[in-house]
Amino acid sequence: MFKSLLIILHYEILTTLRQAYSWLTPVLFFIIVVCLFPLAIGPDSTLLNKMAPGIIWVAALLAVLISIGNLFKQDAHDGSLDSMLLSQHSLTLLVFCKILSHWITHCLPLILISPILGILLQLNNQQELTLIITLFLGTPVFILLGAIGSGLIVGIRAHGLLLPILIMPFYIPVLIFGTSSLIAVAQNQPLSAYYAIMGALLLLSLAFAPLFTAFALKIGVDQ
Amino acid sequence: MFFKLGLDWLGKNFLSPKMFYANTTKLLPWLAILFMSFFCYGLIDGLFYAPADYQQGDGFRIIYVHVPSAFTGMAIYAVMAVCAVITLVWRIKIAAICMSCSASIGAWFTFLALVTGSIWGKSMWGTWWIWDARLTSVLILLFLYLGFIALQSVIDNQQTKERASALIAMVGVINLPIIHYSVIWWNTLHQGPTISQFAAPSIAPTMLYPLLAMIAAFLFFYGWMVLTRMRSQILLREMKTEWVKKIYE
Repeated sequence: MFKSLLIILHYEILTTLRQAYSWLTPVLFFIIVVCLFPLAIGPDSTLLNKMAPGIIWVAALLAVLISIGNLFKQDAHDGSLDSMLLSQHSLTLLVFCKILSHWITHCLPLILISPILGILLQLNNQQELTLIITLFLGTPVFILLGAIGSGLIVGIRAHGLLLPILIMPFYIPVLIFGTSSLIAVAQNQPLSAYYAIMGALLLLSLAFAPLFTAFALKIGVDQ
Repeated sequence: MFFKLGLDWLGKNFLSPKMFYANTTKLLPWLAILFMSFFCYGLIDGLFYAPADYQQGDGFRIIYVHVPSAFTGMAIYAVMAVCAVITLVWRIKIAAICMSCSASIGAWFTFLALVTGSIWGKSMWGTWWIWDARLTSVLILLFLYLGFIALQSVIDNQQTKERASALIAMVGVINLPIIHYSVIWWNTLHQGPTISQFAAPSIAPTMLYPLLAMIAAFLFFYGWMVLTRMRSQILLREMKTEWVKKIYE
């Protein structure tokens, strides 16, 4: 069981990495969106530092949204989704592997590049550290919740912007705590409460989202 | 065992579309009458006889539209979530129809709560909108409704549509308290709740009674509207069956 899950994980990561387009686009999108803000609001350093938490978090959220819709698209297209549904292994665990590999290939690059963008937006060292930690806690929640929506729309051909509309309201708590933690650092306030809440959100979605996604896939492929 | 038998009996006698349609025919006028009487009493007493607020003057009277619509907007989401669970677990058709028909009514009530709230805010706080916890969470509730409606409008297959939107409604209700508390901890200006189950209300009885009457009126209005919509939805779905044909012969 555990071994086959590892095989799936390895296979998923390998196939994604070999299609550079699929994992590079969100990173490039993230960088470009962040760079648009200094150009749009002007190069005022104090203003940029004040807005940086919001800019980076919103850009990360959007970057996740553009890729999450394709989480099950390829699988549904080539039929591997059907064999996942028929597989002897629990669909929830298979879905969890898909989500984990998606996070590794699509979010880890964002997190790794974010300190550089933080420098561009005048974040100080402590804020950089907090940004990385909160992104580590927050982006998996984005992926986990997005997977539920992605499973629901897997059977719909022309879904357009449906997924962002459906999922974005659910991202608000993560967005709020992610940005307020960065603001708290700037004001020298204790951070443990923010880490605790974001960790709680992560654990909660980790427990429920794969289950709901598996259920959503069963509904989604029916049509 | 008994539970299942009871459920079967309930399903046969009350929850089949045909029985539901027959039973609600008599219920509809009563809902309309209840709505009208509570509405007239609440409106007249609230707008003309309730004393003016010592701080807000006559401006506070918008509470008689604002609080009931906010309450109803949230209550409808709760109804939808219960229907969603019933749809997913027991696959009762009526629950799914109720859920689909409630969504747009709930969205309108939530919208009404936002609009009246912002008018009230303009006169009392001096601004149409503020990113306060209560306002933001109601706005997000509106987004949840709209997402639900959007999902329903793109799926063609009836059964998939019902189950998919039920899942989203269920996830929404798990997330609703999280969203609610996240925005409370984030920022707040809105006054505390006026009526609470556990404490004596912080409002004079002469102001309270018309408010309660208005809440009841809005809920009856919702019941009336949702039943009307559900009945036409049932007729549409059961178009080809004998009993529908009999009605229109």
